[in-house]
Amino acid sequence: MKQKPIVHRKDLHWWEWLYIPQIIAGMKITISQIFRPKFTMQYPEEKWTPPPSFRGSPVLVEENGIERCVACGLCSRVCPALAIEVQASETDFRKERYPVLFEINMLRCIYCGFCEEVCPEEAIVMSQEYELTFTAQEDGIFGKDKLLQSADKLRERLEFLRKNR
Amino acid sequence: MELLITVIKIILVMLVMVGIVAYMVLLERRLAAGIQNRLGPNRVGWQGLLQPIADVLKLVFKEDIVPSNANRFIHHLAPIISLGVALTTIAVIPFGDRITLFGYDIKLQIADVNIGILYILALTSLGVYGLTLAGWSSNSKYPLLGAVRSSAQMISYELSMGLSVIGVVLVAGSLELDTIVEMQSGWRWNIILQPVGFITFVVAAFAEMNRLPFDLPEAEPELVAGYHTEYSALKFGLFYMSEYANMFVSSALITTLFLGGWHVPFLTSFGLPDFWVSIIQVLGFLLKVILFVAFIIIIRWTIPRFRYDQLMNLGWKFMLPVSILNILVTAAVILLMK
Repeated sequence: MKQKPIVHRKDLHWWEWLYIPQIIAGMKITISQIFRPKFTMQYPEEKWTPPPSFRGSPVLVEENGIERCVACGLCSRVCPALAIEVQASETDFRKERYPVLFEINMLRCIYCGFCEEVCPEEAIVMSQEYELTFTAQEDGIFGKDKLLQSADKLRERLEFLRKNR
Repeated sequence: MELLITVIKIILVMLVMVGIVAYMVLLERRLAAGIQNRLGPNRVGWQGLLQPIADVLKLVFKEDIVPSNANRFIHHLAPIISLGVALTTIAVIPFGDRITLFGYDIKLQIADVNIGILYILALTSLGVYGLTLAGWSSNSKYPLLGAVRSSAQMISYELSMGLSVIGVVLVAGSLELDTIVEMQSGWRWNIILQPVGFITFVVAAFAEMNRLPFDLPEAEPELVAGYHTEYSALKFGLFYMSEYANMFVSSALITTLFLGGWHVPFLTSFGLPDFWVSIIQVLGFLLKVILFVAFIIIIRWTIPRFRYDQLMNLGWKFMLPVSILNILVTAAVILLMK
């Protein structure tokens, strides 16, 4: 068996053995911490604005008054939590298809961002919102009306996605 | 008439003390937060000033649980002993010099007993009962261990506390607390005359209050919560308050014995009327006490906890001989100076 190396404890100077100088040195550090600035944000008054890479709650992009979504159903298929439901229908616009029913169940959504990644039209993106609250379970199912957000508000996220796809 | 004055003094002192003890909880939370680079409670009132009231209300409304097979009478009695002892000790501490109100010459001390400091030492010895009975009557492992360790720790440090006080008594020549304070006029504070006594007394006081670095009996990671594990609601509130009341009383005692009591240096040279001088002296006393309480709080968040054997080692093999040596040296110096 290999011999363990013997560590000799350093002999304490009488000044160190008394312990009081160490207490005073420790207190210097702790008291100086009291006067440093604190980084706590006072929440409802100061809110944090997330950076463009932040994945908040999913929203539908609205351009020129209509949604970009063509109701292909890819987001619904890829969602790991099965939170999205899409129902397609015909329309006279150039895109020819539009979702007559588009519901995301925010209580099931896990904010993973797969729907945004798979969408071929850049029609669903993760916004910067992180403060979703509701008081009844039924209010957690967001229809198209609650999910539409205009493309100007989502510009930062769309640019981030273009650069980093 | 004397009785009425004493009753008024008692009521005032009790109210002020309970108020200060409640706000000491807030002070500790804000100071601890400041040291840890965060803000403490600052939402409940302006800067959190209503937080202690919220805490007390919460504790009052909680459910009171007594463990089965616990000795109910003693389980109810223990926190009362703890808090009662902590509050009664304040009776002999002088808050200020004599004050003349409405033609009555009032002494700012509730009870001027001629044994002074012995009264306080006796009562703090009773405080050990509160802990031991609490832990024993809870019928559970961790409280029992916590109570046993805590009482052993308190008993061993009471000796050095008493012996440190003898140095002060030798210098002042009397056991009465107001004589001890009066001898410290101007800058002759006992901390300069008795530095070793000050250090041993402060260390012993920390051990008596079960406060870090000597807080193994109630250390959260070691023993759940020590002797007050099985207590809930108002009885826990009483234990919590008695810990802070003990802090207040220890600070008041240390201020009286070593830091000059209610003396404010250079105050008489301003030539203010006597009434205002007394008021400022009372405020000066409270300021000193609160500064020492802040010191106790900051020490808690600065020094690591002592292991139980290190604690007992320190108490018996170091504090006791040093206190006895202190008495011998003080007595020798006084004899030589005569």
